[in-house]
Amino acid sequence: MATEILMPALSPTMEEGTLAKWLVKEGDEITSGMIIAEIETDKATMEFEAVDEGTMGKILIDEGTEGVKVNTPIAVLLEEGESADDIKASAPASDAKADEKAEEPAKSDSDVAADKPVAAQPAAELPSVPEPDWPEGTEMKSMTVREALREAMAEEMRRNDTVFLMGEEVGEYQGAYKISQGLLDEFGAKRVIDTPITEAGFTGLAVGAAWGGLNPIVEFMTFNFAMQAIDHLINSAAKTNYMSGGQLPCPIVFRGPNGAAARVAAQHSQDYAAWYSHIPGLKVVMPYSAADAKGLLKSAIRDGNPVVFLENEILYGRTFEVPDMDDFTVPIGKARIARQGKDVTIVSFGIGMTYALEAAEKLAADGIDAEVIDLRTIRPMDTATIISSVKKTNRLVTVEEGFPQSSVGNFISATVMMEAFDYLDAPVINLCGKDVPMPYAANLEKLALITTDEVIEAVHKVTYR
Amino acid sequence: MAARKTTGKSNVSADELLKYYKDMLLIRRFEEKAGQLYGMGLIGGFCHLYIGQEAVVVGLEAAAKDGDKRITSYRDHGHMLACGMDPKGVMAELTGREGGYSKGKGGSMHMFSKEKHFYGGHGIVGAQVPLGTGLGFADKYKGNDNVTFVYFGDGAANQGQVYESYNMAELWNLPVVYVIENNQYAMGTSTKRSTKSPNLWERGAAYGIKGEAVDGMDVMAVKAAGEKAIAACRAGDGPYILEVMTYRYRGHSMSDPAKYRTREEVQKMREERDPIERVREMLTTGGLATDEDLKAIDKEIKAVVNDSAEFAKDSPEPSLDELWTDIYAAPQEADA
Ligand SMILES: Cc1ncc(C[n+]2csc(CCOP(=O)(O)OP(=O)(O)O)c2C)c(N)n1
Ligand SMILES: [Mg+2]
Repeated sequence: MATEILMPALSPTMEEGTLAKWLVKEGDEITSGMIIAEIETDKATMEFEAVDEGTMGKILIDEGTEGVKVNTPIAVLLEEGESADDIKASAPASDAKADEKAEEPAKSDSDVAADKPVAAQPAAELPSVPEPDWPEGTEMKSMTVREALREAMAEEMRRNDTVFLMGEEVGEYQGAYKISQGLLDEFGAKRVIDTPITEAGFTGLAVGAAWGGLNPIVEFMTFNFAMQAIDHLINSAAKTNYMSGGQLPCPIVFRGPNGAAARVAAQHSQDYAAWYSHIPGLKVVMPYSAADAKGLLKSAIRDGNPVVFLENEILYGRTFEVPDMDDFTVPIGKARIARQGKDVTIVSFGIGMTYALEAAEKLAADGIDAEVIDLRTIRPMDTATIISSVKKTNRLVTVEEGFPQSSVGNFISATVMMEAFDYLDAPVINLCGKDVPMPYAANLEKLALITTDEVIEAVHKVTYR
Repeated sequence: MAARKTTGKSNVSADELLKYYKDMLLIRRFEEKAGQLYGMGLIGGFCHLYIGQEAVVVGLEAAAKDGDKRITSYRDHGHMLACGMDPKGVMAELTGREGGYSKGKGGSMHMFSKEKHFYGGHGIVGAQVPLGTGLGFADKYKGNDNVTFVYFGDGAANQGQVYESYNMAELWNLPVVYVIENNQYAMGTSTKRSTKSPNLWERGAAYGIKGEAVDGMDVMAVKAAGEKAIAACRAGDGPYILEVMTYRYRGHSMSDPAKYRTREEVQKMREERDPIERVREMLTTGGLATDEDLKAIDKEIKAVVNDSAEFAKDSPEPSLDELWTDIYAAPQEADA
């Protein structure tokens, strides 16, 4: 029986890809393990190996086709004795399916480069922002968060030769998530340094290097692995300026993806915003948009203090508008009003903004006008912006991915209660991830994560409508 | 490869060789199937295949007795199959279903079986090394003669906690066999780019721990070295380090484009050093099995693997209240 070869998923977040190249042609003998095609994902070009044996009967998707959905039949393999003519008779359904699918790329081409459908593309369509981060009329360019982070590092490394990048697979591999792609080529192995897998060691070493007059950027492959090194972040980097009476500041950035990716389970899916926000001496930044990722990372590198810079794998591929300026920075410690409104304040940060903004759009359709604040910096926190918004709306919902107990939202609630108690018309709701380790199973993972519907429900509760 | 050859070709029986052949083939076919299910979207997240390294776990399990324990990293499917865990339960964990060893809550990297003394399945590089040392500590404390196999990679060998473990294990003579699976790469970093002390087993010497390098593509050599290490541990002369020289054929995980090595390097390994081919040849040239016998085995293994895949597809997703179970254990009762 002819066997269909399906478009494979080649990464945890892949939903579609480009069939870059066929390495075999119709009529070729295929053995299992043979590399038959090259497939481009959002991160890399991958080789695709055959699992089954047979003769390549028919190639259903031409090379160069973009946006091929995972599990689309891309070719048909024949067993001994079958011929290509048999396919049409025996598997017409698959031919038809392939044709249908082949039309899809045209559609996804037109909605630009967004990796995943994002219901709200807020940054671009927002009404006037009170204090804009860039002068009015500035040229804008579209850029992914990944590109924005890369540009920020490259610009700062050009500007200051004591800035260097260190971490696992940042150099020759071009970064596990391709944030540092091209940096080794431009800056060389002295400044883009591949480390052994030894987080406690290289983090301590980087803190020492900062004391020695350098400006290290330490990339954690993910922040889950920074737990191996958390002693140096807290006991060494955060406290020494104080303990030395101001003699030993520590200008260093700790950055990498934080929070849940997709289906990587409990040890690889954790949001550390609340953890690090607890520590005096650290600054904690967690951007959502590409503009903030770029502007804040540049500020972090120049800051002169240890900055924990929390990124997100799912946001890496999202596209936003970024000002096309020579030296664009965003100040640490300043929240952004992402959407103005009068009925309720929603405060979030990082990927939580996806749900906050999506909820605000849907609530607007129901006649509820939400103000959405993107915190951007968790510590020091711009509580003034939150308070003045709550004084206007009298209602507050916080949204974050981390665990509920001692969450960032808890701190915001306490602050609002102390400073604006009389302005509140309803108890504050802190929305968080569920109070469980992240499960692997697809259905349970979905339940564990925060959703837009939960935000909408919370807003209905605090507005009593 | 700087491996010392301890070949045990001599007195091996047909039955024994056939068993190793089957056990290794099961791992290989299982992993190929897992790769295929990943491609179909039935397995998500990270999935690290063991193809190429089969002789390591099969050789060491051949030297173990009931009661011995094992612990490893995220590259754990082979270890579970080799210690007798049910392929269905392993595959169903990979698909995140109720029938999986962790009820679908752990996935590929985090699986456990108390019954088979398999303590995981750990996603944090190097973490299993002190944990496994602690399993050995408990056995010594209880006074039994069990041994713990602590598996870790060449990349993990650079984590500081490995050396903290070595120091304690030797200080307290713990019955632990440290098995360094040196497959020459940690993701995209070859051992040459991560250390200038090339013989990883020799690092134990600084703590007074005996060890040796072993050809990990030769199941008989692995078994022989395992027997020696275990004997030392059971005699109260532990710990012991085995650096098993091996190779992974596939990328680090399913999403690794593997640009750090040439296609030829992988091809050469597969053609010249394959651990399964090696046993197949011993069986046929030694007249211990016919082509027909081997074909029958292939068929039998294929059926087991296909059954596991069917089970893993059909097993339902965990029920939604599983989200809230197992966060805490029931209060511990005093042993009767
Ligand atoms: C503490 C920690 N750091 C980094 C990672 C990311 N990571 C996962 S596997 C791996 C490579 C490990 O290589 P090795 O120990 O040789 O084992 P192999 O994958 O070859 O079996 C890395 C860097 C991790 N999981 N945990
Ligand atoms: Mg390795």
